[in-house]
Amino acid sequence: MTVAHRAIAAKRRAAALIASTVAVAVLLAAIVSASARTTVIGQQPSRPERIVSLIPAVTEMIYAMGDGARVAAVSNYDHFPADVARLPRVGGLLDPSVERILAIKPDLVIVYATQKELIERQDRARIPYFSYQHKALPDIMTTIRAIGARIGSSAQAESVASAMQRSLGEIRAKAAGLPRPATLLVFERDPSSLRNVFASGGYGFLHDMLEIAGGRNVFADVKKQAVQASTEMLIASKPDVIIELLYGDSLKNADIAKELRAWDALASVPAVRTHRILALTGDEFVVPGPRVVDATRKLARAIHPDAFQ
Amino acid sequence: MPPIRTRLLITLTGFGLVLAATILTGPLIGSTHISLSRVFDRTLAFADNADAQIFFIARLPRVLAGALVGASLAAAGVVFQALLRNPLATPDTLGVSSGAALGAMLAITLHINVTAFGVSSVPVASFAGSIGALGIVYALASARRRGLSTIVLLLGGVTMTAFFQALILFTQYLADFADTFRTVRWLMGTLDVGSYGPILAALPIVLVAFALLSTLPRSLDLISLGADAAAARGVDVVAAERFALASASLATGAAVSLAGPVGFIGLVVPHLVRLIVGSDHRLVLPASALFGASFLIVCDAVARTVWPSGELPVGIITALIGGPFFLWLLVRK
Repeated sequence: MTVAHRAIAAKRRAAALIASTVAVAVLLAAIVSASARTTVIGQQPSRPERIVSLIPAVTEMIYAMGDGARVAAVSNYDHFPADVARLPRVGGLLDPSVERILAIKPDLVIVYATQKELIERQDRARIPYFSYQHKALPDIMTTIRAIGARIGSSAQAESVASAMQRSLGEIRAKAAGLPRPATLLVFERDPSSLRNVFASGGYGFLHDMLEIAGGRNVFADVKKQAVQASTEMLIASKPDVIIELLYGDSLKNADIAKELRAWDALASVPAVRTHRILALTGDEFVVPGPRVVDATRKLARAIHPDAFQ
Repeated sequence: MPPIRTRLLITLTGFGLVLAATILTGPLIGSTHISLSRVFDRTLAFADNADAQIFFIARLPRVLAGALVGASLAAAGVVFQALLRNPLATPDTLGVSSGAALGAMLAITLHINVTAFGVSSVPVASFAGSIGALGIVYALASARRRGLSTIVLLLGGVTMTAFFQALILFTQYLADFADTFRTVRWLMGTLDVGSYGPILAALPIVLVAFALLSTLPRSLDLISLGADAAAARGVDVVAAERFALASASLATGAAVSLAGPVGFIGLVVPHLVRLIVGSDHRLVLPASALFGASFLIVCDAVARTVWPSGELPVGIITALIGGPFFLWLLVRK
């Protein structure tokens, strides 16, 4: 190798070194600026004005706080309060439409904790979100307070939550002195038959509501939200009271009196013999929001008609 | 080898005794303890007797439904395997099951709510779906030439199944939340029919199907060797194939409309029975029906008792027992 060749090779090495240094520097700068941008965008407005609620219960909570005007879009399943009819719909728990959510330009999206994919995509789109999960009745009040804190309405949220706690406490106290009939709480079955009966198990907000209302859940030992009760389980559980919840489409098409006659097949069940089979209608039984107080009161009235007028 | 009459007698007696034993013990098994003496205590009014109610309203209909569904699916499996000359054929292969499922999905999601003869609209719609599927597959297979083309039947059936599955998914997508849940539950299958009404409604269809099936065994033996060979031996292949297709589909439609799709019975039971009695359809067909009935009753007894908090769908048990067993059969050969 000649001297000239060596010089060229050295120049090439130097050029490569400079090029790679520049490349690394550019990359570092990009990372730094990107992370800086993340933090800037990550600073969420403390008082969101365009809230997207993907869960009917959350919509009801925000309206109960008096902040309904700040809700910009709701889920496909929102019906309450009537004011939500004016709002755009952006999908549901299982099929939220990211495109529609983005088009709303929300400054806060409230999601359920199981909506993992949606959360990831919102992270990528840098949309602030608030996620929560419910297991039992007290969680509703916890969530109301947490959402209140997140949207800058702590005081209103506190008054909603504590009023709910007070009312539920009153129902519990009033029912406490009364006998506790064995109660079967059915929320789903095939029309005109006792096939595919689903009842509240000993866990979840329906069970909690039933216990507060002064009923003893016949499936309290089954630590699940939903129990599929076979005919044998229905007979063996010997409920004194059977309460059926009807809501949504199952209510729209049901001839309630005719539906309840399906139970006549189980003549040995105490509730059938004493005709203590009731249908309760309305979606407040399946929306774990502020209206659970009304729902619990209706349950108490069904179980103890004399005490709860 | 003893003459066929003797073998038939031995087979029917043996499998008949097994079925009698399962039908008698089936209602004694369950998640609740009941006292037999109380069940048959005539001094108690039926309405006061919870044990009798559990026995007669909760358990006996399940056992009888299990017998009917198990017998229908196993017999249909035998016929489809012979007709299609394919050991993997099942009552689901020709789209009859998926047609029944689509019918049920539509009845659930459209809230068609008519009750006739103690049967709600879902079983009626699912039976109609199975007949619709049969009609389409039948028309496809007989369109090209005289008689039924096995390959067209098979491909057409598989395509129909996929097509119906897509329609089922579409129906579920459009459905209300609670309805979607009900459709998923229906697809798991259950023998908890709740009363004798649905069983009595399915019974005439199954009886007609079995009456047609009883004319078939000789022809099936020959058809399973090949259509030309059968024709050479004087079988009216076209008529036999039509009978076979119609009767097996009727049985399948009745079974699926009664209990939902219960898998593996139609695949596993015929193979198991052939291991015991050989391949003569005069033996395989009745033995499969009897053994299918026993097998499903036993699976349902397991499904009712094995899970501490409630019951498993019976289709899970038939698949858990049938799947590994079938794999063992495959490896063993």
